[in-house]
Amino acid sequence: MHPVLKLVVQRVALGLLLLLAVSAVIFLGVEALPGDTAQAILGQQATPEALANLREQMGLDQPALTRYFQWLGGVVQGDLGTALTNKADIAQSIGQRLGNTLFLAGCAAAISVPLAILLGLIAARYAGRWPDKLISGVTLTTISLPEFVAAYFVIFLLTQVFPIFQPVAMVFPGMSFWAKLHAVALPVIVLVLVVLAHMMRMTRAAILNVMQSAYIETAELKGLTPMQVVWRHAFPNAIAPVVSVVMLNLAYLVVGVVVVEVVFGYNALGQYLVDHVTKRDVPVVQAVGLIFAAVYIFLNMAADVIAIVANPRLRHPK
Amino acid sequence: MRMPLSAIIGLVLTGAFLFVGLFAQFIAPYPIDSAVGGVWEGPSAAYWLGTDTIGRDIVSRLIYGAQVTIFVALASSILAFSLGSFLGFFAAVRGGWIDQTLSRIVDLVMAIPSLIVALVMLSVLPLNLTVLILVMGVLDSTRVFRLSRAVAMDITVMDYVEAAKLRGEKQGWIIFREILPNALSPLVAEFGLRFIFAVLFISTLSFLGLGIQPPLTDWGGMVKENKDGLIYGKAAALMPAMAIAALAISVNLVADWILSRTSSLKGGRGG
Repeated sequence: MHPVLKLVVQRVALGLLLLLAVSAVIFLGVEALPGDTAQAILGQQATPEALANLREQMGLDQPALTRYFQWLGGVVQGDLGTALTNKADIAQSIGQRLGNTLFLAGCAAAISVPLAILLGLIAARYAGRWPDKLISGVTLTTISLPEFVAAYFVIFLLTQVFPIFQPVAMVFPGMSFWAKLHAVALPVIVLVLVVLAHMMRMTRAAILNVMQSAYIETAELKGLTPMQVVWRHAFPNAIAPVVSVVMLNLAYLVVGVVVVEVVFGYNALGQYLVDHVTKRDVPVVQAVGLIFAAVYIFLNMAADVIAIVANPRLRHPK
Repeated sequence: MRMPLSAIIGLVLTGAFLFVGLFAQFIAPYPIDSAVGGVWEGPSAAYWLGTDTIGRDIVSRLIYGAQVTIFVALASSILAFSLGSFLGFFAAVRGGWIDQTLSRIVDLVMAIPSLIVALVMLSVLPLNLTVLILVMGVLDSTRVFRLSRAVAMDITVMDYVEAAKLRGEKQGWIIFREILPNALSPLVAEFGLRFIFAVLFISTLSFLGLGIQPPLTDWGGMVKENKDGLIYGKAAALMPAMAIAALAISVNLVADWILSRTSSLKGGRGG
């Protein structure tokens, strides 16, 4: 087998294994924590008989491991169980909301990725001079803010000081694409701000790192034009680190999106998760937690796979 | 080496925040949880930043909020440090299956974003200060584990550790007397960063309604309480968010300075 392919297969297998382990942690970890689902539903005044009945009804009297495999079997077939609070089918409730979350995160990614790479290139090109200092200074400030704090600064600025937007983001089925875009403008701005800083700084570092290597100097010394140096020598070597930086930061969006959805009351997966943590609806929390974990693991895996494939050193086996 | 201005500003501000947090009971002009004025009063001589959505003095609540925010963040980062660095050193010294097991568990926990793990855990655990500190501390200890294991790995191959082993010193001695003093400087800089992370983490949890519960309050919770004020155009509603940002930035300035000093020390040792 080609060594690149072998590495990719290994990485994907590791990702799947990790996902399996994470599903076990999410399910069995919650089981191991003190807390009783039946008690949580019926409240403190429940009689022992009622508790025992409910446990039997929900299958809670089965051993945890058995229930884990039943749950996992269901998840694999797209059956995420039913919510404790309203007996709704979880997979159905997730469907529409997942779409909304992906729409929000997708818009943020579509803006932040090119912008971050562009800013990173500018900062690396003028390293140590004023454009670099300006970009780095601004991003250093946004980097130390949590998402919701950044969100309220943006809300204050763009709904009060300059009243351009509405402070809530509502999307519903049947809205046109442009109307949806307008509705999510503010949350997208916040998410872009939050991921941009990390992404730009890491891009800048990756490019600077490549530009300092000996082969770049050799290329310059043998008389290539700056454009040729960048295109022939720097770019192929910088693409792997830059792409993995981008992927890692998209994974970071997964967390950002949860908080930003709550800030703007945007009806999507993150809001749904937080609501059901408050309601202590464990099956919903487990299902949504698993989805977020899966997306996160997938993006990390993609970052590594792209880094492997794009690495010119691996393409020519010794 | 002269201290850069940014580090001085950071230190003064961090010190001021700690002071306010420590003596909140003596500084705050009004009690934490009583409505003393009208709803959403503007700033005045009596209420410097005005009153909140149910007429409580915002300045007083910010001061009490500082106490809770800093206490919880400090406690959880101390827990993360004790747990993470001890296990990290232990894994480095023992090696073998102990190291493998601990490292794989840490990999697993770090494979999911901390916020998601915390949310899953808080869906079953009771919400109180102890639980929050434990959850945050344990989750964050994974990062400290990685760092301290890596640092200790470099130290365990040093001659003085070898000498101590040959002298027949026990593991406890090697961890606390040989490795710890030599690993201290990178860990101290890391402590600042972990503390900021803990501040942001507890603020985020409280903002989501899953952190500090009333009658106590912290800055994240205050952002949540006052968010409607923002829509009515009350700038005071932005104050708790400003406080979080200011604390994070000032500790960051100090940590950056320590980090630049320790990395220059490290450079002197040849890497």
